[in-house]
Order: sequence, then C-alpha cells, then structure tokens
Amino acid sequence: MSEQHLDTTERGTAVPLATLRPPRLPRWAPGALLVGSVAFAVVVGVVGRLHSHLQWGLIAAVVFVAATFGLAWRVEGRRHAVDRLASLLVWACFLVALLPLASLLYETVRRGVPHVDWYFLTHSMNGVLSWQAGGGIYHALLGTVEQVAIASVIAIPIGLLTAVYLVEYGRGRLAKAITFFVDVMTGIPSIVAGLFILSLWIMMLDFGYSGFAGAMALSILMMPIVVRSTEEMLKLVPAELREASLALGVPKWRTILRVVLPTAIGGIATGVMLALARIAGETAPIILLVFGTNMINGNVFEGAQSSLPLYVYEQWSFGTEAAYDRAWAAALVLIAFVMILNLAARAVARWKAPKASR
Amino acid sequence: MAKRIDVNGLTAYYGTHRAIEDITMHVEPGAVTAFIGPSGCGKSTFLRTLNRMHEVTPGGRVEGKVLLDNEDLYGPGVDPVSVRRTVGMVFQRPNPFPTMSIYDNVAAGLKLNGTRYKKSELDDIVEKNLRAANLWNEVKDRLARPGAGLSGGQQQRLCIARATAVEPDVLLMDEPCSALDPISTLAIEDLIDKLKTRYTIVIVTHNMQQAARVSDRTAFFNLAAIGQPGKLIEIDATQKIFRNPSVQATEDYISGRFG
Repeated sequence: MSEQHLDTTERGTAVPLATLRPPRLPRWAPGALLVGSVAFAVVVGVVGRLHSHLQWGLIAAVVFVAATFGLAWRVEGRRHAVDRLASLLVWACFLVALLPLASLLYETVRRGVPHVDWYFLTHSMNGVLSWQAGGGIYHALLGTVEQVAIASVIAIPIGLLTAVYLVEYGRGRLAKAITFFVDVMTGIPSIVAGLFILSLWIMMLDFGYSGFAGAMALSILMMPIVVRSTEEMLKLVPAELREASLALGVPKWRTILRVVLPTAIGGIATGVMLALARIAGETAPIILLVFGTNMINGNVFEGAQSSLPLYVYEQWSFGTEAAYDRAWAAALVLIAFVMILNLAARAVARWKAPKASR
Repeated sequence: MAKRIDVNGLTAYYGTHRAIEDITMHVEPGAVTAFIGPSGCGKSTFLRTLNRMHEVTPGGRVEGKVLLDNEDLYGPGVDPVSVRRTVGMVFQRPNPFPTMSIYDNVAAGLKLNGTRYKKSELDDIVEKNLRAANLWNEVKDRLARPGAGLSGGQQQRLCIARATAVEPDVLLMDEPCSALDPISTLAIEDLIDKLKTRYTIVIVTHNMQQAARVSDRTAFFNLAAIGQPGKLIEIDATQKIFRNPSVQATEDYISGRFG
C-alpha cells in the first residue's frame, strides 16, 4: 500500500524507504579512507614540522573518524553513519586500553629477557654488590612462592567457606554483617594490613620478621577477593540444580559439595587466581614484615626472606645499571609467574567446567 | 512400593503470605493424580509440600498434616532428607547436573548419598532406570557424554530416570512437559503410564488434555483473587471431572469459560 513512504527527515532529497538495498559504501572504502587519513596526517606533519609521531597518529585517527562519519552520512544515511562512528569509538577505546598493556609487556620483555637465564634463576644476591653484574633471584622467587602458598592455604579455605555460608546458609543480620566487613576488608590498603600484622604478631606477640608474618598479611588481602568472587560464582549456580539434588534426598552439605561447588569451579578458580595475582605483586607488607635479605632462607617461619616485588624495588633503588637489569629481569619473572598460575587455573577450570557440548 | 498420601487441613506459607489454604484430600497409591488450575493457584506449592521441598524456599512453612501411609511427613523427628528419598520429584525445566555424564546423572542420587556401590551393581541400576525411562536405546552408546548435551525431551527422561533410580514410593512431577515439544511430551506421557504400576504419581499440568490422557484422578485448584490463597475446589475421578464436575467453577475452567 505504501510504495512511496519517503524519508525526508535527513536531507532534502527523498530516499524511498521501501528499497531493501539502500546505498552502501563500497567494501574498500574504510581501507581507502584509512590510507587517505594517514597520508593526510603525514603531509600535515611534514609541512607543519610536527616532531611527535603521536601527534601524527592522533591527526590520522581524528581525520579517519571524521571522514568515515561524514562520508557514511552522505552515502548511507544517518543510522549507518552513527553505527560506523560507534564501532570506531569502541575500537579506539580498545586500542587505548591495550596500549599500556602492550607497551608494558614489550618493555619488560625487551629489557628483562637478556638477563633471565638459569644462573639468574638459581642464585641469590649473596655477596653481590649493587654495581656488580650477576647475582640472581633464587631467594626472592623462593620467598614469593612460599609466602603466596602459605597465604593461599590460609585465605582460600576461609574465603570459600565464608562464601558458601553467605550464599547457601546466611540469612539475616550475621550474613549482612559479614558481607559488610568483607566489603570493608576489600578496601584495606596493603600497608595497613602489614601494620596490623606488625603490631599484633611482631610487636605484641614478639615474634621476629618472617615470611609467615608476610603471608598472614597477604592472606588478609586475599580473603575478601576470594569471598567476593566465589560468592558471585555460587549465586550463578541455578537454584534448580540445588533443588534437583535435594529432591533426590541428598543432604544439603553434600549438595553443596558435590553439585554446587563443581558447577561453579571454573569461575571460582579464576577468582582465586585473580586474588593470587594481586598478592603476588604486593610489596608494602613484605617490606614491613619479611624485611628482605640477599641470602637464601627457605624457612618461612624464621628470619628475613625476600620476595620478587621487594627485590624489584630494592634493585631499582640501587640505581646502578646492573641493578636496573636485575630489576627488569625480576619483574619479567614475576609477570611470568602470575601468568603461569593463571594459565594453570584456566586449564583446571576448563577441565572441570560443566560440559554442554554435544 | 507405591504409597498412599492423605493430606489433612494443609496450609502453606511463604513468610507471611498464605499460598494455599486448608487442603484436605487423598492421593491413591499406584495411580496418577493430576493437579490442574490457573497459574498462581498453588498447585506447585502444594506439590512441593508433599516432599518437603516447599521449606527449601526461604520463609516456606506449612501447617496441617501430610500422611504417607499413615506416617506424618511433618511429624516430630521426621528427617526431610529421608522424606525426599521416599517422595521423588521431577521439575518443570529439565535440570540434569551439568558437571556429570549421562551415567553419573542417573547414578547421582545413589552416589551423592555416599553409599558405596559395586560398579556392576551401579551399571545394572543405571541400565534398568534408563530402560524404564524409555531412554536406554537412545543413549546406551554415549553414557559417558555430558547429560546437558541431550535434547530437552531426552533430558527430562534422564531426570525421570535419575528420580526413579533412588527407588522412591511416590513421584511428583511439576509440569514435566511444559518445556517440551509434542513428540517428547508423548514419550513422557507413555512413560508416566508405564511407571504408575510401581509408583504413586502426582502430576501438575496446565495442559488439560494431558490431565485427561494420563491421570486417573484430577484435582482442580483455584484462587478467589490474585494474592488470595489457592484452594482445592474438587477432586474426583478424571472422567467425572472432565465430563460432569460437581462444581460450576471446575466446569467453567475446563471449558474455558473462566474469569
């Protein structure tokens, strides 16, 4: 009935709405526009004597977005133009977000890789002076592994059980209070957690510096993250599964252990790994509680230890070329350490996750 | 063995909200009883009070008595876990455990309860119940595959096999076919017909033809208004309910002249 519905809102010229093949930009258009924008930016840069290539890139980007938008508006109409603009903005945000990450990784790898070798991984800094080359991170790596392991052993069970309580059992005031305090704990600065353990463990109870003291502070930082992420994951488990299990005459605790937790295990593992990654890079409480040393000390319960972030900090503050190299290399090892943990968690999660494939 | 259920003056609450009020009826052993009625009339709530699943919902509680072969399910010292082992349940949406294989889903009730079974015993139980659920031929070659990979109808039959594997006396079904296509529905209905010799079956359904096809007795529930508690209007032989109900409201509902 309406072959002549006309779209006259955008431009003076009437475009019949009835057409199913409205005019589109050719597929090579975005590419051509990109090349054109870059060329334009180069010309402007050369003519205007702009030294920073960042400025060239910004000009190219702005021109590209503006040209795409304008051209699309002319040819394709408002909806497609806005669509292209939105896509470009999302891409731009993506690139901006990726830039720091990529440059950080690039820089760490570039400066760290030449100095990471077997010697570096298996020797301590004992007897190495700050301006001397050589030395290694064995003592720091050992310290980090031990402290993170002990912090996990303390924090993960408590965190998991707290989350299970909150989701499966908690009703009323106690649950609300726990949720509130977990939120408060999330906001505790790491230095405060360190000071708390320092005053309680070292000053009041009169124990010495040790990796264990550091691990306790780390577990304080880790616990709320584990609780929060586990809680969210458990909430995602459909109530139907719990009911199905309960209706089979399975007691509640077995339902939680055998149905709810396995269903959520993937997400829980990811959350725990995030918490691990967070505490593995923690420096402040380590400085306060573990003190730092150049020697290998495998005993977490007695005497000063070191850790990777602390090592990076120490080396950097020496300010010599050799120490800078060691700092970058140690930073690379720390990143790799966290990444390996992460990949391991992903693997576990994938292996254990619900299988819906046909 | 199929058991008889007598309900005496049962009222169920969610917190302070009264969901169903003063229901008195009995469910015949070894027969299919259908609950019909408009949405919100408390059919499902009532069904869930029959195996104490109602109280799993926060704030859920009941007054009155449910006698299973003269034993009060809500009596002092009665363990809801034992009740649920005796009175099994199949839900509206098929809900196989996503972490488990088809085999493990059927064996779930036995395994999760912690009893140790020999592999051969368990194999027999799984095969027997999958056969009883008319699913064996479709899945026998892929017992180790995840249960969530089956079609909706197969999943629902898997859930029925899972429910029967713990050998309950009563099987409650809460709209078991509402998420299924007609062919799967037919398969489930055939299955219900076959199972009723061994179990007392109670089925909630919105599909009146289904109630007429599968049930021996039908109960009609209704509510006075939204927010009012649901009540049992009448229960009688299915033929009587559908051909010549004693209450006008039932006839109105069945013939589509309600509201």
